[in-house]
Order: sequence, then structure tokens, then C-alpha cells
Amino acid sequence: MRLSYPTSVKIIRVPCTGKVDVIHILRSFEKGADGVYVVGCMEGDCHFNKGNFRARKRVAQAQKMLDDIGIGGERVRMYNLSSSEAPLFVRFAKEMFDKIVELGPNPIKLAKKKNINRQTEAA
Amino acid sequence: MIVAEKKPMEEVIKEIKDYKNILLLGCNECVTVCEAGGKKEVGILASALRMYFLNQGEEKRIDEVTLERQCDHEYLEEIRDRIDTYDAVLSLACGVGVQFMADKYISIPVYPGVNTCFLGATEKRGLWTERCQACGQCILASTAGICPISRCAKRILNGPCGGSTNGKCEISKELDCAWQLIINRLKAMGRMDDYEILLDIKDWSSDRAGGPRKVVREDVQE
Amino acid sequence: MKEKTPSKLEKILASGNLAVTSECGPPRGSDPEAIIEKANLIKDYVDAINITDNQTSVTRMCSLAACIRLKLMGLEPVLQMVTRDRNRIALQSDILGAASFDIYNMLCLSGDHQSFGDCASGQNVHDLDSMQLIQTVRRMRDEGKFIGGDEIKRPPKMFVGAAANPFADPFEIRVARLAKKVAAGAEFIQTQCIYNLDKFEKWMEGVRDRGLHEKVHILAGVTPFKSAGMARYMKNKVPGMDVPDEVVKRMSDRPKDKQAEEGINICVETIQRLKEVTGVHGFHVMAIEWEEKVPEIVQRAGLLPRPEM
Repeated sequence: MRLSYPTSVKIIRVPCTGKVDVIHILRSFEKGADGVYVVGCMEGDCHFNKGNFRARKRVAQAQKMLDDIGIGGERVRMYNLSSSEAPLFVRFAKEMFDKIVELGPNPIKLAKKKNINRQTEAA
Repeated sequence: MIVAEKKPMEEVIKEIKDYKNILLLGCNECVTVCEAGGKKEVGILASALRMYFLNQGEEKRIDEVTLERQCDHEYLEEIRDRIDTYDAVLSLACGVGVQFMADKYISIPVYPGVNTCFLGATEKRGLWTERCQACGQCILASTAGICPISRCAKRILNGPCGGSTNGKCEISKELDCAWQLIINRLKAMGRMDDYEILLDIKDWSSDRAGGPRKVVREDVQE
Repeated sequence: MKEKTPSKLEKILASGNLAVTSECGPPRGSDPEAIIEKANLIKDYVDAINITDNQTSVTRMCSLAACIRLKLMGLEPVLQMVTRDRNRIALQSDILGAASFDIYNMLCLSGDHQSFGDCASGQNVHDLDSMQLIQTVRRMRDEGKFIGGDEIKRPPKMFVGAAANPFADPFEIRVARLAKKVAAGAEFIQTQCIYNLDKFEKWMEGVRDRGLHEKVHILAGVTPFKSAGMARYMKNKVPGMDVPDEVVKRMSDRPKDKQAEEGINICVETIQRLKEVTGVHGFHVMAIEWEEKVPEIVQRAGLLPRPEM
């Protein structure tokens, strides 16, 4: 099955979604990502018992924080699937892609650009 | 340990919005254990604040440092050589750390990033509960090892009051009645007779009532 | 039990008569008429009138001022004092203030937690607890000394009472807790409202087993239900209250317009049954915002006429 998904999705592999922390999500946005989604195993099927549940809570925490600072919590999502569900993986990627297109670029990226322009003008 | 909790983002933003160069200062002790102000929380808050201000069109320098402790001279000295490069410090230590910082670096504004809550224990991850109010004159010997001053809503020394219901406090069905816990332990230890010993009127002068307190140990002083 | 104060309540109890007390809640304002009116409704039917001290932590006219009003009317007040709002300086000072108006009875309480009232964000004091307040006022009276040890000129002559709640948990220490209050110096007890008579009688059995009924006068507390709704509220919402299901049912089985009457019936029957319990030396009728019913209850319960002292 050679399925294609949006090329702008960059995959970062982690041993378990339980490894993903709030700081990783926030740093992604600071570095210019437009959205972050975490794809974990099906709930109840975690090899490390509770990794994907932890990830879900951290995603929720990151969402709240992004809402608080005006970036928007909708840019972060948590998905669950099993390793044999490639079509579902593609569907999630597309869904996230569409969501980001709808939301537009990460405002941080724009703000950074504006700052650079301002600095160049000043110089 | 001292238990603290993070201040709401909105409040933190208000505290530091007028400064350009800000040091976010964490503490490796109690606030790390209660996940309010350790290295990890410093990283998360710093990242969020940088993004917030950037989004507002302001580029601030927000640096991250986490000290071993903020309530000791030797660790707080570690930032002496760079402190002048900041306009303000946002400390995620407990109220003790914030004040020690303020004492030491007299011209640098320092703001609290957490609310210091109480002296307590980690019951389980994400749940911290009060155990002590530092009254300065421990009565646990007379109360079966359970403190009614910190754990009874009316700090009743001869309890329980008439509001104790099914082992819970009158103010909340989730809160254990401290005197029920005391009685449970007296029973378990076969010391129920002790229940009838009247606890004397307490000398609160070693508590907050007596003014700021200090402990002096000349034998260990240099 | 030899009389130690000029208290009329003490005299009646010492004479072996069943005493009757009631209570008035002061107004949420400064109009003295509110107190005077309530007192006039009940004065000929009770021996003494408790004035509550910011009950359920709702700010009201102070108990002491309202007690003085009663005193000016020639009535016998029982000054309720909670340890929630005043430290030992204020408590002792108010006791002296009361004594200066020859108020001869007081009831020592810890008070409901402030979170129930209109100042939930306020501090509470609890410098002393209710037992320590009993000790304090007894020492002021008997030894003529302040907590600090200094001598009191013209010590207060207070007949000292305390509350007991036989229905709070854990039940097993409820007799021991009374013993503790007696040891602290309580001379009379007004109990929590009694609806579960079996449990109360069981508690009284424990009280008698330890001979406490000979050391302290127990006034059984009763409160008439105005409605089935009130019965349910007391059962479910008021901490430390024990209202058996059958009592709630008895109220709710009556049509709405007959419920108030049924509430009075239950109250009267309660008094009649408890009159027979050895160790019950009187009744504390708490008709909450329903003072006009006190005369009927006292009369129907066979507690009239009140003795002259």
C-alpha cells in the first residue's frame, strides 16, 4: 500500500507518545510549526500501559496554554490508531492539514518575520 | 515540603509585560517535586511567554535558569555575574525564594510565578495535601500523629466538632475530618483513653501570631 | 449541684424543674425592634432566651447587644459565643461586657465554618476552641482570673453552658466528648435538634452509665419542621443533623397546608417522650424564624406554667 499524505507533515518518531511532553509541543510552535498532532496507539493498547493516556493529557495542557497565549489550542491534536491502519493515518494527516489551512499560518512565524523586517528597516 | 501551584498565565503576563530582558528563575527543590516551578516548568513557561510577546509584536529576551535552591545564599550567588543584564526576574520558587532573591539583589524587580500554598505531602502524582502549619510548638504527640491545626478547618484542639459526618468535615464531603483520623489512630493503637485528655489553651506566640520567627543555632554558626 | 450564680436558669434547673429555653436570631440590621418583637412572642413561655452569635456564619447584629436588649426588657438571656470570630482578648472582654449588664448565662461554641456564610473569604480565629472557652469563663468566674493570670475586679457570674451533638460522628466518642466538656466546666448542655429519638436515648444511656447526668443539666434540643421541604433540607444539607426517613415521610405524607401542623405535632411528641428520659432536665426549643409557635409547643407539651423564681 503506497498511500500518499500531505508533504508538509514532518514526522518525528518517538518510542511512545508518553515521551511527548508539553515543552516539545510548545517548542515546535516557537520554531515555526503551524500545527502539531500526536499519533498514539489505540487507548488500552499502549506497550507502556499508560503512555498514550499521558500524551492525551499533555496535549490538552498544551492546548490550554496555546489558547492562553493567543496561538490557538486547535493547532494541537491527539489521534489514536493501530499500526495496521495506514488509510486512517492518511486520513488524520489530511484532516490536520485541512484544519491548518483553515487556521492559516502560525502567528509566531508571521510575528518573527515582521520583527525582522522592522529591524532591517531600522538599520 | 512547600507546595505551590502555578499562577495563571494572564497574571504572569501582567507582571512582566513592561520588561524587556527577563530571567525566569526556577528552583530544584519543593516546587520541582510539586511540578510548579522546576526546570521543566521554567522551560514551558518561558517558551509560552516568548511566543505570547512575539505574537504581540514584542521580542523579549526570556532566559531560563534553575537553581539548586533559591533559599540559600550560595546558590543565589550563582547568578550574581549576570543579574545586571536583566530588567526583572520572574521566580518560580516559593515565596521564600522570591523574597530571598529580593533581599539579595536589591535593585532588580522580582515577581512571583507561583502561589505558595502550604506545607504538605504528595499523596499521589498530581495530588498534594496539607500536613503542617508550622505553628512552632508541635502537638502531634498529643494528637496521635495527626495535626488538627493544619487539618481541621477550625483547628480545634479538642475535637471533633458537631459537624463531623461519616468521617468527613462539615465544609466538604471530600475532606477527611482530622479528629476522625485521630480517633481512628487512637483506637488502632489501643489508646482511646487518651481521647479524654483536655488539650490546654495553646500558646500561639510561636505561630504567626508572635511575629516573624527565627531559629538560632549558635553551635552550628561560623 | 449547688448554685454558683444569680442565673434564673440555674435556679430552675437546681430546683429540679424541667427548664425551657428558646432562641432568637438577631436581625441582619440594626433595628432593635426585631429582637424585642421576637422576645415578646416567647417571653412568658420560656425561662431563658438564647441569642445566637452570627449563626451559620452570616453577619448579624451582635449577640451581646441583643442580649442587653433582653436584659433591658427584664428577661433572661443566654449569650451564645463562638470562638470563630474573636481571639482570647475579645472573648474575655465581651464576657466582662456581658457581666457588666448582669447577663448570667452563656453558651460556649466553636461556631459554623465561615464558608457557610456571607463572608466565605474571611479569616477565622479559633484561638481557643469551645472547651477552652468553657475553661476560660469558669476560671474567670471561679478564680476571678484572666487567662493571663491577672485578677479580675468584679468577676463575671456566668452559668456556663455548652452544646452537644449526639448525632455527629463518630458516635462512639459522643459520650466521651460530653465528659470532656463537663470536665472543662460545662454546667448545662443544649443539644443539637433531636429527630432520631432512639439514637438520642442510646446516647443518654451512655451519659447515665458514666453518671454525667448528675454533673450537668442536659436540655434536649427540638426544632419544629415548617414543611416537608425543611425536613429534607435538614436531613440532607445541614452537617451533623440526623433526620430519620420515617420523620421526613411523616411530613411529606401530609398535604402542604397541614405540614406545619404536623411539624408542631412531631415536636410536641418528641418533648413528651423525652420528658421521661432520666437525665433530661429541660428543653431548648429552637423554632427557627417561627418564634410565634413556641407558646403552642410549650403549652401542648405540658411545660406550663413556668416556675417563678
